[in-house]
Amino acid sequence: MATKAFQKIYTKISQITKATCSLKASGVGYDELAMVNGKLAQVVKIMGDEVTLQVFEGTEGIPTNAEVVFLGKSPTLKVSEQLAGRFFNAFGDPIDGGPEIEGQEVPIGGPSVNPVRRKQPSELIATGIAGIDLNNTLVSGQKIPFFADPDQPFNQVMANVALRAETDKIILGGMGMTNDDYLYFKNVFSNAGALDRIISFVNTTENPPVERLLIPDMALTAAEYFAVEHNQKVLVLLTDMTSYADALAIVSNRMDQIPSKDSMPGSLYSDLAKIYEKAVQFPAGGSITIIAVTTLSGGDITHAVPDNTGYITEGQLFLRRDSDIGKVIVDPFRSLSRLKQLVSGKKTRKDHPQVMNAAVRLYADAANAKTKMENGFDLTNYDERTLAFAKDYANQLLAIDVNLDTTEMLDVTWGLFSKYFKPEEVNIKKELVDEHWQKQ
Amino acid sequence: MATKGTVSGVIANMVTLTVDGPVAQNEICYILTGGDRLMAEVIKVVGSNVYVQVFESTRGLKVGAEAEFTGHMLEVTLGPGMLSKNYDGLQNDLDKMDGVFLKRGQYTYPLDKERKWHFIPLVKVGDEVGSSAWLGQVDENFQPLKIMVPFQLDGTYKVKSIVKEGEYGIEDTVVVLTDKDGKDIPVNMIQKWPVKKAMTNYKEKPRPYKLLETGVRVIDTVNPIVEGGTGFIPGPFGTGKTVLQHAISKQAEADIVIIAACGERANEVVEIFTEFPELVDPHTGRKLMERTIIIANTSNMPVAAREASVYTAMTIAEYYRAMGLKVLLMADSTSRWAQALREMSNRMEELPGPDAFPMDISAIISNFYGRAGYVHLNNGETGSITFIGTVSPAGGNLKEPVTENTKKVARCFYALEQERADRKRYPAVNPIDSYSKYLEYPEFEEYITKRINGEWIGKVNEIKTRLLRGKEIAEQINILGDDGVPVEYHVIFWKSELIDFVILQQDAFDEIDSVTPMERQEDILNMVIDICHTEFKFDTFLEVMDYFKKMINLCKQMNYAKYKSEQYEDFNKQLQELVAERSV
Repeated sequence: MATKAFQKIYTKISQITKATCSLKASGVGYDELAMVNGKLAQVVKIMGDEVTLQVFEGTEGIPTNAEVVFLGKSPTLKVSEQLAGRFFNAFGDPIDGGPEIEGQEVPIGGPSVNPVRRKQPSELIATGIAGIDLNNTLVSGQKIPFFADPDQPFNQVMANVALRAETDKIILGGMGMTNDDYLYFKNVFSNAGALDRIISFVNTTENPPVERLLIPDMALTAAEYFAVEHNQKVLVLLTDMTSYADALAIVSNRMDQIPSKDSMPGSLYSDLAKIYEKAVQFPAGGSITIIAVTTLSGGDITHAVPDNTGYITEGQLFLRRDSDIGKVIVDPFRSLSRLKQLVSGKKTRKDHPQVMNAAVRLYADAANAKTKMENGFDLTNYDERTLAFAKDYANQLLAIDVNLDTTEMLDVTWGLFSKYFKPEEVNIKKELVDEHWQKQ
Repeated sequence: MATKGTVSGVIANMVTLTVDGPVAQNEICYILTGGDRLMAEVIKVVGSNVYVQVFESTRGLKVGAEAEFTGHMLEVTLGPGMLSKNYDGLQNDLDKMDGVFLKRGQYTYPLDKERKWHFIPLVKVGDEVGSSAWLGQVDENFQPLKIMVPFQLDGTYKVKSIVKEGEYGIEDTVVVLTDKDGKDIPVNMIQKWPVKKAMTNYKEKPRPYKLLETGVRVIDTVNPIVEGGTGFIPGPFGTGKTVLQHAISKQAEADIVIIAACGERANEVVEIFTEFPELVDPHTGRKLMERTIIIANTSNMPVAAREASVYTAMTIAEYYRAMGLKVLLMADSTSRWAQALREMSNRMEELPGPDAFPMDISAIISNFYGRAGYVHLNNGETGSITFIGTVSPAGGNLKEPVTENTKKVARCFYALEQERADRKRYPAVNPIDSYSKYLEYPEFEEYITKRINGEWIGKVNEIKTRLLRGKEIAEQINILGDDGVPVEYHVIFWKSELIDFVILQQDAFDEIDSVTPMERQEDILNMVIDICHTEFKFDTFLEVMDYFKKMINLCKQMNYAKYKSEQYEDFNKQLQELVAERSV
């Protein structure tokens, strides 16, 4: 970002911490950007003539006589069709060696949608993964995270979801992503020949952590451009939101704010909600769907980050390794899509809700049977059958390597019902049983 | 001369101003920046430095920007035309705003200045009237809305003139009053009231005692809430807080329902916008939206307006109560409001209380709940505000400041439980931890005994005891195994399961089961109590389970059937036959 002529240059920094520096300056606006010895910074506090700047790259090497120039604007992104297929850093600068983007410069982190102008989401997003499509159907305009431990293959699942979903644009916001994961996404997308509909904003672990704070707003500003101006269906992937929250904690700590639960800033709920609530179905047809990743520490969902996220998002998806089949599955008990009833049985076959519930109920019976077995109690014939069902169900449907359409998923489930149970054991409306029960 | 100020500091939405004249705590001012007028509220004064919280984004705000003080606190505009409106936390009419996105500094008038209302006088020239007395009424969505003496006026006044019955706009003078000194006071249909000040324009606030029917069995039968009562619903995410709140707001026997969506998901508000205009009020046959007002401050809207939103909602509720109406106010979620207070307290560098919440959080919560209640108005009529708030405890842990402080003031406690939600036992209200203090009120006992025509409280307490006993036995069975306890224990356990499945669990998405009128709840309770009092004969525990599963299935089929229909009676007959099979 070049500095303009006749700009006032300040050269006297009065205070420096790891992430911020302060100086005396006048005529500065809140949220405004500045360059401190060539490093990008943003105004986070003004008190009289003292201005505190958050330096995105960190303050390493900044001297007290550093040159500070205020840019007179908050962070912006240039938006146009040229964004498609490109890779950017947290500041919206290309990192793929391609040319600069030409387009309209818009401030990031723009205003909220008026709730009365929203439309109720109603379009199904098919992913081919039965643990999602069958049990926790996604709807465009929804916001939902994966709650996963760091060792789980959430990035692979997300990449699959992104490529299979019928969307016009996929926007990847990578925060604290390892370089290997970044290259993985790049590879998968280019191998699938989908690069032209993918836009990436990436902050890797090699980049300074505070820069991450810009990633979600950059990604969502681009998303709003395509959803509003071009009425496109946009899918935004944000990984990993826990890294984002960690960066928030670093900044609030440097600014001497009193931490609340788990050392997170007191404003964590609002900070996260501001991002997730950008998910929307516009009346004109465009939509923004957010699929995020929140990494957990040892599966603990009471930690402030997953806890606040759960209150904001419309459900959550849990991945779990199923030791019986040796594969990672989408956990049917702890996962939830709050919007699924808007589409399941309406946009899918009408037996969908009942089949889904019956299968999960039988899977729960199997879990009880397993506990019984482990405690040394005798198993009944029904218990044995539920255990056999559970194994097939996990293997053929819950596993993340499944790729079926919803009708096939329902037929496979009916097949399993018919193989292991009697019609009266599945508790499904008689007319549906008559229609779909498969003779053995 | 209005006081003016200049911006001297900005930290997020907290701004400090240097002022040139007097300012009041909670006074409203407008900060001028780049052509926008940003509304802000005074929260602290130190000498000539004034701290204000801005209800909008402060992006680009500079030191030296000017501010104008208004001389009044944050207030709402009250009058006919509020029903079925969608407001933001500051009572801006969201439907009147331009564009898809909310624009900074855009404020819209909450009422309709063009519309004419059919005014009917209720007083005549020469009548003596006091503050808040009813002067006339207009028809608002088929409900009478009273035009009252301005709430700010004290003492008595004489009616000097009043217009004839006819069509008038809200700004037309409909009545002229004269005070003791002979000064004329023109009155139109608009009232203004500062939101943070409780309206006390009633004679007395007795203990509430009338059941507020919600059609939700776990509330009406087990832990009833009363007209003018207070209750709260804490629960971890995914336990069905919103579904339960929506069910109550759809079904409750109230004249007016106000929903304050405070820092919650926008799509949930959209659900109300989409569904309520279609749904029919089971009590009046009119559209639900006609009796509803929505105050929406979704989680991405400015934080400071979140705090204002619950006060705005409460003040509108007080306005309708002063007309002698039954108002139900729902706030989802009060935790977001407390968090907004925490953010601000943090920016002001106040010493924090538990979990970094402000020290006075307890007083703030109790004052707010205190504004609800059942009142005798000065003219002998009654009105009520029933308040139900949800709480979103961090990590689902009920030992956190917002839950604990709310528990001190709310009289009903509906604890949503993760375990019940996981087992799909909805509504996931834990029957043992939850309570309603109103069950202990002798006034309530007298009322409900008359309403039901017989003994009630004793039966309710009996099922509660049975549920507790059932839980204890379930724990013993878990440790000792099915064979390790006597067969009678299994019978006691399954009787408690019967209560759970038939009374507590209710299908919010089923057309019939979702609403249970009080008469029907009485029948269900009697039926279940009768079965609980029956002695059964079993040889093994396996027989107990099979037998009670059949019984539960029949009772549930009855719940799904139309009341007293042929199908219902048929299931009932089968049930009685089944009971007779094994009763001793």
